[in-house]
Amino acid sequence: MSDTHSIDIVLDRHRRDGTHLMQILRETQEQLGWLSPATLTHIAAAIGWPRAMVSGTASFYSFFHTRPRGRYCVLWSDNITDRMLGNADLMDAMCKKLWLEPGRVSEDGLVSVNTTSCTGMCDQGPAVLVNYRAIPQMSQGRLGEMVGLIRSETPVAEWPAEWFAVEDNIRRRDILLAHDLVPGRALSAALERGPERTLAEIKEARLRGRGGAGFSTGLKWEACRNASGTGSDPAHYVVCNADEGEPGTFKDRVLLNSYSSLVFEGMSIAGLVVGAKKGLLYLRGEYRYLLEPLESALAARRQEKLLGKNILGSDFEFDIEIHLGAGAYICGEESALIESLEGKPGRPRIRPPFPVTRGYLDQPTTVNNVETLAASCLIAAHGGAWYAQHGTEKSTGTKLLSVSGDCERPGIYEYPYGVSVRQVLADCGATDSQAVQISGPSGVCLAEDEFSRRIAFEDLPTAGAFMIFDETRDMFEVARNFAHFFAHESCGFCTPCRVGTTLVKNMMDKIAKSHGSPYDIDELFKLHRLLQGASHCGLGNSACNPVFDTLNKFRPAYERRLQSLDYEPAFDLDAALSQARQMTGRDDAAAHLHNEETT
Amino acid sequence: MSPTFQLDGEEIPFTPGQSIMQAAKAAGTYIPHLCWHPDFPAHGSCKLCTVKVNGRFGSSCTMEAQAGMEVENRTAELDDKRRTLLQMFFVEGNHFCPSCEKSGNCALQATAYELKMMSPHFDMFYPDRPVDASHPDVLLDFNRCIMCSLCVTASREVDGKNVFAMGGRGILGRRIHINSESGRLADTDFALTDRAASICPVGVILEKRRGFVVPIGERTYDKAPISEQVREKTS
Repeated sequence: MSDTHSIDIVLDRHRRDGTHLMQILRETQEQLGWLSPATLTHIAAAIGWPRAMVSGTASFYSFFHTRPRGRYCVLWSDNITDRMLGNADLMDAMCKKLWLEPGRVSEDGLVSVNTTSCTGMCDQGPAVLVNYRAIPQMSQGRLGEMVGLIRSETPVAEWPAEWFAVEDNIRRRDILLAHDLVPGRALSAALERGPERTLAEIKEARLRGRGGAGFSTGLKWEACRNASGTGSDPAHYVVCNADEGEPGTFKDRVLLNSYSSLVFEGMSIAGLVVGAKKGLLYLRGEYRYLLEPLESALAARRQEKLLGKNILGSDFEFDIEIHLGAGAYICGEESALIESLEGKPGRPRIRPPFPVTRGYLDQPTTVNNVETLAASCLIAAHGGAWYAQHGTEKSTGTKLLSVSGDCERPGIYEYPYGVSVRQVLADCGATDSQAVQISGPSGVCLAEDEFSRRIAFEDLPTAGAFMIFDETRDMFEVARNFAHFFAHESCGFCTPCRVGTTLVKNMMDKIAKSHGSPYDIDELFKLHRLLQGASHCGLGNSACNPVFDTLNKFRPAYERRLQSLDYEPAFDLDAALSQARQMTGRDDAAAHLHNEETT
Repeated sequence: MSPTFQLDGEEIPFTPGQSIMQAAKAAGTYIPHLCWHPDFPAHGSCKLCTVKVNGRFGSSCTMEAQAGMEVENRTAELDDKRRTLLQMFFVEGNHFCPSCEKSGNCALQATAYELKMMSPHFDMFYPDRPVDASHPDVLLDFNRCIMCSLCVTASREVDGKNVFAMGGRGILGRRIHINSESGRLADTDFALTDRAASICPVGVILEKRRGFVVPIGERTYDKAPISEQVREKTS
């Protein structure tokens, strides 16, 4: 089959619709291995978009390859929790066995090995993606076998099935994970009540967004419902944000794996309330392995008359489409996610207008977290008053925590809001804990004297990440890992975040190499103040949080690396010669220059 | 009587729907900016126009003016942040003003003078950004690009051509994509008469064979600082 024929099949499946560009690019790449210049030209012509826009999108996402990639593409998840489980040594060993440099395709085009941002397997790391298929629990033994399979060019589909098994690791269940709703129960209750009274129940439940920001779900749905669609094709949309990219968070993975019925039903209830006929689930690219099971679950719901026309015999019509992301943390921001759904680079929009009035295709759109939508089923089935009995006054209901790091039992813990950090630590078997990172790098880092604080919007709002660091961990290295993460994930739209995240990364690397001074610490504070106020979106605003928190709470971790109390030059004479050494193939003593402090 | 807001204590009238920047411009008051242009919708990326509105930071090009707002503009705190942003521009690209044809006509250079930026402060990134000299009439020198997207907007909105698009991600990836498979400007329908050909606030899009026709010293910002040209520049 010729390349253009393969592309045409993909294009036809998506009706040559440019808003499906992300799916067209991914499916084409799955067929052809990469997106060549000719491929992009062909796709652009077919969807009627300027070619520059198609290449603009293709080049934005980490998982799209506009240069040939290895037939085997191995990406090591590089969250701090993977680091703590030894991913660096394993990746190093893999590169040595394959005679590879990280990030480079082998000469024979067989394989490339690199790192990627957190893949959401923190409770079962170190994790890799091989040709975008998730494999948790990497070990030396598995590594050796994997290298053998790559060398013998065994197709990934024929690799041992148990390698791809992803555990749920549910450790504590409460009203959501221990629910007893059969599919259709919550939706039929909502249909019986009708949209207005269902909305009233959601408001009475005082449900707030589980993505971390905690905006009132009732108000969001109401604003979306009250907004009118515009243009020739007015409509309302429901978007489920399953772009769970915050390092250390993996609760949506579990909800989508074992509770997809609740999630889809929650989307349908939202559709009923806001008046939408279509829902879109934006699934992060790292969870590619969930796509087929979710598609089957959707098909089953259509069979059961829970989706489609005349749902449960009513005149309510609603259906759901799944869009896969392609490796961009920024798409967790709701307006960037909408841009991505429209086939564009994930760049946060200027707000206002907010998505509830002008979202997907400029139509009123409610974007809700996976967990929020699942929780709405409980409210539809049991009523708002029942739901509001759980949790605290300002934070009703329960929260799923993704617990990882230094503890005996990492996994998913569901608690009523108001649980203390200390309680969670005790339950998961964490001892000698030095710090807990709540809600991922963009959240807060707590020291031991803050462990009595509570998980709740009024104290510690969180999207769910709960990463534990015991006394043996170096909090500077934790912050440095997060600084690298933000520099990698900055979309590059606004100046403070595009340049600032890289400046922070470089300063942290300088301090790591013992070239830092108090001057650099002052510079980090200065950048924190700039990024926090001047950035275009939440990524830039929170990008310095981990550095700021650890500088305030774990200052000695920084200070022991500072060479002197005065200025230290960042310029490394010896490092400057590294390129010349590489070109001449020399590494003898005479090819090195010593920096002043070492001579 | 049109409604007004306070900008550094000065009363600025506005018509509802105007941004703070638009109202300030109409009143002849300078708010530093690079990516904003009066002829086009706000882009909001350079963040140089960051002001403080009732104590909170915001971009004056995207925030609508509201009656009674108290807006801080040229305070020491804000100009200090702007200087840092300018330094970020200077280190992320390759800007060699003394040898640049745009020197004296360059908004980045003029704004840096205006804000008394004395050094790049941070380590230079020295990115590798190839030039495109393929087009018979125009040279593209991406070393000076500040990602304002004005060429993208002008080509799309005025010229109806989509010669440029912003692509890639982050400090390493983000760059202008040219609308041809080769990536060369010569393989597009770009013309010197396009609005996009004369929109660049820095020295990326340059007409060939016109170098130094106006001598240095007699150029736009040689005559008066950028802050004093706020009224005339509305062309």
